[in-house]
Amino acid sequence: MSTLLLNEDEVMLQDSARGFLDGAAPVSHLRGLRDAGETHDAKLWAEMAQMGWTGVLVPEAAGGSDMGHAAAGVLAQEMGKTLVTSPFLSTAVMAATALRQIATDRAKAALAQIAEGKVIYAIAVDENHKHDPEATTLSAQADGNGFKLNGSKGFVVDGGNADRILVLAMADAGLTLFDLPADRDGIARTASSMIDARDASSVNFVDVQATGEDVVGVVGDGMSVLRPALEAGQAALAAEMAGLASGAFAMTVGYLKERKQFGIEIGRFQALQHRAAHLWCETEVTASAVRNAGRMLDEDPENATMAVSLAKARATQTAKLAVIEGVQMHGGIGMTDAFDMGFYMKRARVATEWLGDYGYHAERVAKARGF
Amino acid sequence: MTDTNLEGFRAETRTWLEANCPSEMRGGERTEEAICWGGRNWKFSSDAQRLWLERMADKGWTVPTWPVEYGGAGLDRAHDKILTEEINRLEVPLPLQSFGIWMLGPALLAFGSHEQKLEYLPPIARGEVRWCQGYSEPGAGSDLASVQTKADSDGDHYIVNGQKVWTSYADQADCIFALVRTDRDAPKHLGISFLLIDMDSEGVSTKPIRLISGSSPFCETFFDDVRVPKSNVVGTEHRGWDVAKHLLTHEREMISGGGAGLLGSRSLGAVIAEHDGGMDASTRAEALICEVDALAIGLTLERYKDQSESGGGVGDASAMLKYAGTELNKRRHELLMSAGGADALEWDGTHAGLAADWLRTKANSIEGGTSEVMLSIISRRILGLPS
Repeated sequence: MSTLLLNEDEVMLQDSARGFLDGAAPVSHLRGLRDAGETHDAKLWAEMAQMGWTGVLVPEAAGGSDMGHAAAGVLAQEMGKTLVTSPFLSTAVMAATALRQIATDRAKAALAQIAEGKVIYAIAVDENHKHDPEATTLSAQADGNGFKLNGSKGFVVDGGNADRILVLAMADAGLTLFDLPADRDGIARTASSMIDARDASSVNFVDVQATGEDVVGVVGDGMSVLRPALEAGQAALAAEMAGLASGAFAMTVGYLKERKQFGIEIGRFQALQHRAAHLWCETEVTASAVRNAGRMLDEDPENATMAVSLAKARATQTAKLAVIEGVQMHGGIGMTDAFDMGFYMKRARVATEWLGDYGYHAERVAKARGF
Repeated sequence: MTDTNLEGFRAETRTWLEANCPSEMRGGERTEEAICWGGRNWKFSSDAQRLWLERMADKGWTVPTWPVEYGGAGLDRAHDKILTEEINRLEVPLPLQSFGIWMLGPALLAFGSHEQKLEYLPPIARGEVRWCQGYSEPGAGSDLASVQTKADSDGDHYIVNGQKVWTSYADQADCIFALVRTDRDAPKHLGISFLLIDMDSEGVSTKPIRLISGSSPFCETFFDDVRVPKSNVVGTEHRGWDVAKHLLTHEREMISGGGAGLLGSRSLGAVIAEHDGGMDASTRAEALICEVDALAIGLTLERYKDQSESGGGVGDASAMLKYAGTELNKRRHELLMSAGGADALEWDGTHAGLAADWLRTKANSIEGGTSEVMLSIISRRILGLPS
């Protein structure tokens, strides 16, 4: 096992990512998209592709940079600091992780497209208000040589902007994963208006035709392909939330140093100092869990479940604390839309629910730890 | 150093340990008896314990990273790590543990003169002299720099008068490293010296302290006109606070590690189930949250150890490790008491010890700097908030 420290390449990646994102996508970028009623910046996505970010988990043979999950976490964390909006997690992390397990030419071509930034994927898994892939009821009935899909998915992140959808369906043989173009006949997408101003849709499937070629992996065994993809997404999302927490925290500590009340900087008050210090400790502890998740996915992916869930559980709690304290310590201004802290709070809430909340992941830790 | 050389070292080390580690010391439960603290009056619990110490000390492996001339083996981090792994592989306790190794040694290496290092370090390495720490006083707890134990100049000696408290194992130690006031007119941080005192000196006396958890290694230590050579000052006279702070960093890492050492590979759920108390929904939920935090804090200790081993040092972040580790340990023991129910309330009897352990953990967030002092250190030195 390697250490929990960033290696030289990762430090360079982190520095260059920060440099780029501070210019191209500070929080005002998200605000601009929201005010314009948009959820995607094609130019930003193309630049990410050019820097090799979209290929971070694509094998070199398919044109990717294949830097690994720890590196993907480094990128996600930097994106989280300024709430960068892009289909990175859906496409470059989850879809890439699913497809790289498949040895077909079609999968290889799709991976090449991901690396080039030419395709956006959405992962359609959940059907109810909480994350629960195993509870899938969307049906894939045998139909001639192929299948006919009927049912609906909700909270499909990047569903509106997606060119393709990885959808989990229940076939006679069991859960099966399909890779479909988003505009196939019978697929209807309805945008959800989300508090984090990002793209999420509900997607309806009415008699959607799918062939055997559209199946990712084995019919009836979709989870063995999807689970690693979800875990990769959960680890990267945990990294994003850790970044979000440190971004919100940096704003808050900055404010404590400059805001004056009662004639002195409010950061002189011990009541606030100790809460800020406690929050910093929480961010440090969570950072370790996030690093470990990336390390395990890279070095021992078969046994990474607990590490990933630990990271997502901790990141969820830390991001929550960071934004609650962020608003409270900023006082009234923290409640205004003109100030950025609200964006952090809203994204933290959405990221908490996406791919499993604290309870979901704590239970997976419990199972692994013999509770 | 190439990997080939490291693997060669591993092979040699394994062979040597296999040949020299007494079989009685290996495997099995790690009892208090198995731990060797050394010192002039140490009574070995077995011949094997004595042999294990002597052989390891001859190799310099009681303090592997210390220079050879001071009783160590001069190992770098990579070799030290391998040695630790190979010792752990045998499931044998370390040959020696002591405050000399953990606290005074690193402080002497950083601040001591060559003569002091030659005089004090080898006996620590060989387990011949046992040290205790004289820091806190009745009037100097969190505000440690306000120590009043005075050392007045008398030719080439000091005359020391005053009282220390919370001196662990003072009644068994041979020597004490103490913070004493050598300049009463200077600002409080600038009038302290770091002084080495032999406990056999005329005028030194100790008295054990009974805690809410029962008997304890803590003592009160009294100095009544004790004569100490001025050459026993470590570092510069009146500048002992620098030495004290350096040493506190090591102490905090030690305490946080101790707290998290309990985490081990056993899960809290498994431990709680063993206590046969069953788990209701709210205890289970609380235990699970505690377990999640415990795992993450364990990884944080690992990450900072990585950082330390890579030469980055831990520095003020030791305050975070201490705070997180000790607060967690208190939570764990509350849960264990809860799971134990009425059984866990026994002072004597089958379940004795549970309650004492629980009560003892309450000191974790006080000793070595309170949680509140840790938060203030983080606030000031890491976050840069004004004070």
